[in-house]
Amino acid sequence: MYLTKKQYERPVIQRVNVGLMNKYGTRTEYEPVTHIDGNAVADLITAYGSPVFVLSEKTIRATFRDANRAFKTRYPKVQFAWSYKTNYISAVCNVFHQEGSWAEVVSGFEYQKAINNGVPGANIIFNGPDKSEAELIFAINNGSLIHIDHLDELYLIKEIEPQLQKRARVAIRVNMDTGVYPAWDRFGFNYEGGQAQDAINKIMLNTNMDLVGLHCHIGTFMLTPSAYAVAATKMSELALNVKKKFKKTLEYIDMGGGFASRNTLKGSYIQGADAAPSFDQYAEAISTAILNAGFTEADLPLLILETGRALIDEAGFLLGSVISNKRLADGRRATIMNFGVNILFTSFWYDHKITPAQPFGQHNESTVLYGPLCMNIDVIRENISLPPLKKNDQVVVHTVGAYNMTQWMQFIALRPAVVLIDMNQKPHVIRNKETPASIQKEEEMPAYLKEFKI
Amino acid sequence: MSIKKNIAISESGFIFDPSTGNSFTTNPIGLEILQLIKEGREQNEIKKHITAGYHVDDNTFEKDFYDFISTLQQLKLTVENEKKND
Ligand SMILES: Cc1ncc(COP(=O)(O)O)c(C=O)c1O
Repeated sequence: MYLTKKQYERPVIQRVNVGLMNKYGTRTEYEPVTHIDGNAVADLITAYGSPVFVLSEKTIRATFRDANRAFKTRYPKVQFAWSYKTNYISAVCNVFHQEGSWAEVVSGFEYQKAINNGVPGANIIFNGPDKSEAELIFAINNGSLIHIDHLDELYLIKEIEPQLQKRARVAIRVNMDTGVYPAWDRFGFNYEGGQAQDAINKIMLNTNMDLVGLHCHIGTFMLTPSAYAVAATKMSELALNVKKKFKKTLEYIDMGGGFASRNTLKGSYIQGADAAPSFDQYAEAISTAILNAGFTEADLPLLILETGRALIDEAGFLLGSVISNKRLADGRRATIMNFGVNILFTSFWYDHKITPAQPFGQHNESTVLYGPLCMNIDVIRENISLPPLKKNDQVVVHTVGAYNMTQWMQFIALRPAVVLIDMNQKPHVIRNKETPASIQKEEEMPAYLKEFKI
Repeated sequence: MSIKKNIAISESGFIFDPSTGNSFTTNPIGLEILQLIKEGREQNEIKKHITAGYHVDDNTFEKDFYDFISTLQQLKLTVENEKKND
C-alpha cells in the first residue's frame, strides 16, 4: 500500500495574472507574419486603410471541408447550416452556401439576409426566442424550419393558423445537462424535467404543425467532445420516444454549434491551437452516440450542425498599426494600437495571438496592448511579448473571423473595411469602411435644433 | 460550502469563471480536491481520500486544506450551502 501512495504537494490555486510568465515562455508570438495568402500586410493597409479586417477564402473552404469530411466519413447523412450571427457579411455567407451549407438564423433581420443571399426557404433554420408573428407567418409560408424555443411561441404558431398556407415544419429546442457548466437552460425546453416531452406531445396533437426534428445547442467553445456524446444520446432517446409513442419518424437531429476554435481563452496556459479538439473528435463523439442509439437504418436522422466559430475564426485577421508607446506608472510598458475592443469584441474572451508585420531582431519585451478608446476597458492584451514596436509599425491579430464582424460596435470610431482574399489571392472589399455619412443617414434633426449660436 | 455552479474546470487544471471572466490554475492535487468538493464530498471524506492516496499526515493536510479553501473563498469561487435542487 505504502508504495502506491503519491508524493504530496500542497494544493495551490492562483488567478492567472497580468505579468505572469506563460508556461511556454515567450515563444513564437513575435515571429513576424508579413503576408496573408500572398498579399503583403503593408500593401493591404495602403489599399484599404488601417485597421482592416482580412478574411482568407482559402482557409474558410479548407476548414469547412475538413469539418464536412470528419462528419461525412462517420455518419451517412450530414448537413451544415451556417450560423449567421457568427459572421453574416453576405460574401462570407455565400462562401458557406457554395460549400453546401444551409442558413441558421436567429432574428428576422438575419432571416431576411439569408433570403437576400438567395437561400431557399426550405434550407433556412429559424432559431431563437425572438420571432415576431409576422416573421413566423412569413417563414412558415416560405417552408423554413421553425425551431420553437418556448411555449408562447408554440401557442402563437397555433393561433396564426388561419394565416398559414402550409403546415409549419417545426422542431423544438431542447436543453439538457451534459455535465458541462454553465448549462444553457434558458433556451428551449428542458430534457430532464420532462418539458421537452410535454412540448412534443402538444405539437403532435396540433394539426397545423409537423414535428420534423429536434434541436439543441449545448454551449459555445465546448472543449469536451464527450458533452456532445451525452447530448446526442439524449436527443436520440427523445427521437426514438416520438417514434414509439406516435409512430412518427423524425427527419433530423440538429446538434447546434459550439465547437472550440483555435483561440486561447483568456489566461489559459494552453495555447488554443493545442487545446481545441479536432473536428474528428467532435464527429466521433456525436456519430457514435447516434449510431448506437438504436435507430433502424431507415430511421437514422439527418445530422444537422450549426457550427460557427470553429469554421471561420482562423480565416480572419485584423491588421492594425501602433499609435504610441508609453511607460505606465508602475514601470510596465504599454502600447496603444489603432484598434480597440470596439472592433475586436472577442478580446474580452481571448488572448488573441498578435504578431508584428515587419521583421525584427531577437529582443522582445512584455507590454500591455491598449486600444485607442478613451476608456479603461479598452485592453487588447493584458500582457504580451512583442519586439519593441514603434509608431506606425503594423501588426496582425490572428483568429478573429468569428463574432467580431457582427458584434463590433460603432463606438467613437467608424468600423473598418472587410476584405476577402479569394482562392487566387486576389483581394475584394466585401464591406466598405464606414463613413460619417453612413452613421448620419439614420439620424434625424428636429427643425428647432438645427441652429445655434455659441 | 460548494464550488460555484458555473465554474468550468478542465482536466488540465485550468479553471474559468464565466461570471467574472477570471481564470485560474491549480496543481493536480488542487484539481482533485476541487472535483471532490464539486461532487459534494464532505471535508472528512476528502481528507480520507487524500491521505489514503498521498504521503501526508492528517494534520498537515487539514492545515493545507483550510488554506486552500480560504483561497477559494477569497477568489470568489465558492458559494455557501447552495440549494441542492436547482
Ligand atoms: C442556436 C445556435 N446555433 C449555433 C451557434 C454557433 O455557435 P458556435 O459559434 O459556438 O459554433 C450558436 C451560438 O451561440 C447558437 O446559439
